Amino acid sequence: MGDQAPTPAASAILRTEALTCRYGALTAVDHVDLAVEAGEVFGLVGPNGAGKSTLIRMLVTLQPPTEGTAQVDGFDLVRQAAAVRRVIGYVPQMVSADSELTGRQNLLISASLYDVRRRERRQRVLDALSLMGLEASADRLVQHYSGGMIRRLEIAQAMLHRPRVLFLDEPTVGLDPMARKTVWDCLVRLRDDFGTTLFLTTHLMEEAESLCHRVAIIHRGALAALGTPADLKASLHDPQASLDDVFIHYAGDTIEAVGSYRDTARARRVAKRLG
Amino acid sequence: MQPALWLVIFGEVFTRTRVIPTGPLRYLDFMAPGILAQSALFTAIFFGIAAIWERDLGVLQKYLVSPTPRVALVLGKALAAGIRSLAQAILVYALVVLMGVRLRWEPQALLGVVVIIVLGSALFSIFSLIIACLVKTRERFMGIGQVLTMPLFFASNAIYPVSMMPRWLQVLSRLNPLTYQVDGLRALMVVGGVTAYGIGVDLAVLLGVTAGLAVLAGHLYPGLGR
Repeated sequence: MGDQAPTPAASAILRTEALTCRYGALTAVDHVDLAVEAGEVFGLVGPNGAGKSTLIRMLVTLQPPTEGTAQVDGFDLVRQAAAVRRVIGYVPQMVSADSELTGRQNLLISASLYDVRRRERRQRVLDALSLMGLEASADRLVQHYSGGMIRRLEIAQAMLHRPRVLFLDEPTVGLDPMARKTVWDCLVRLRDDFGTTLFLTTHLMEEAESLCHRVAIIHRGALAALGTPADLKASLHDPQASLDDVFIHYAGDTIEAVGSYRDTARARRVAKRLG
Repeated sequence: MQPALWLVIFGEVFTRTRVIPTGPLRYLDFMAPGILAQSALFTAIFFGIAAIWERDLGVLQKYLVSPTPRVALVLGKALAAGIRSLAQAILVYALVVLMGVRLRWEPQALLGVVVIIVLGSALFSIFSLIIACLVKTRERFMGIGQVLTMPLFFASNAIYPVSMMPRWLQVLSRLNPLTYQVDGLRALMVVGGVTAYGIGVDLAVLLGVTAGLAVLAGHLYPGLGR
């Protein structure tokens, strides 16, 4: 991965201009300019509390921006929020599948929420289960699924309506390496089979390097660096540099200076539910 | 348990003492619709807790990112509350039958009771959702929930007629949707029960307030997911 990165053009499927989010005196996202090309896998990395989740929450219309604009598939994020919601899918960091229902039931509810035509629902659900390797577990309660299976189910739920852009907020947090790999394989299949634009946040450099055409590093709410993994490594002028080194160079800080109780508590809750 | 306590203890005692003027109706018969409405209210008023829980689990965010209109999400939850309250209604019916309350069994009367129970529960569950959107945490919600249920109950015609109330309480009871719910139930549920406002007015008030609250809740719901 990291080869053949599409160059963002005026036809970007996602574009932000000076996108900002403030909570009182705190600036969580600070004048972010981004352009993501259709079919691209775009990674947003940063330490805990850097603003990744806030940025993604704005882009999926959960949080209105304080300043700036954004367009998703040509629709204005604020003025055409309902239209944006029709063309996006979202896999939140927190586990959102209903554990009291089966995988199939969860998918049928999502199909209904996303207005998939009745006569197509059953087949779409079958296709989604097959794509995510969940056919055998379709009629088991989600509370009996492993962490990796839950994440794949959530990806399937978010893809049922064939969104143009799929947002994933730390899709592999709390997963063991094997489960993480199966989720990565699913995301690669989505990219290859459907040409879906993937916008994912992560703080795992290995994940960014494996999956993403381009990576943006966000630090204290602002973009610190943007480029292909190769370009970012080259920017350090060290042939031995890894993407971890890039991360530390652009976003490295003292442990005490970053992160928050809320972020840590949320990450632990997610890890506990998936683990 | 609560309906049983009210009916068996409070109801029986005040039936014997005859201090509350209930016209031709025995006090227990007068009270039964009020207790039915109360049981639905006490279930619906804590529905907001479920919304906060869904927010904490990440389920709410998934709903809000979908293209389903917010009002539709609110009404879906309200309908679920209404249907759940029917289970309570069946239990209360069984209890009052055992206590000798004379119930109406005509299909249209039963249908009317179902409609009013579902509508009333929907109304109070949406009200509960609005509170959840404003307070945002389970702890704050529990505090406010407790504070609201008893005044709503006592400032209605559930356990005594409006005519017995002091003037200021009569005014409050007229503004209380529970009064109209109980009024409608009283006419449709028990033999000899009469409506003070008319079934049409009762239904109009319940529908109108539900619709208004649903619009408001649809506006506030996204704030709970932030």
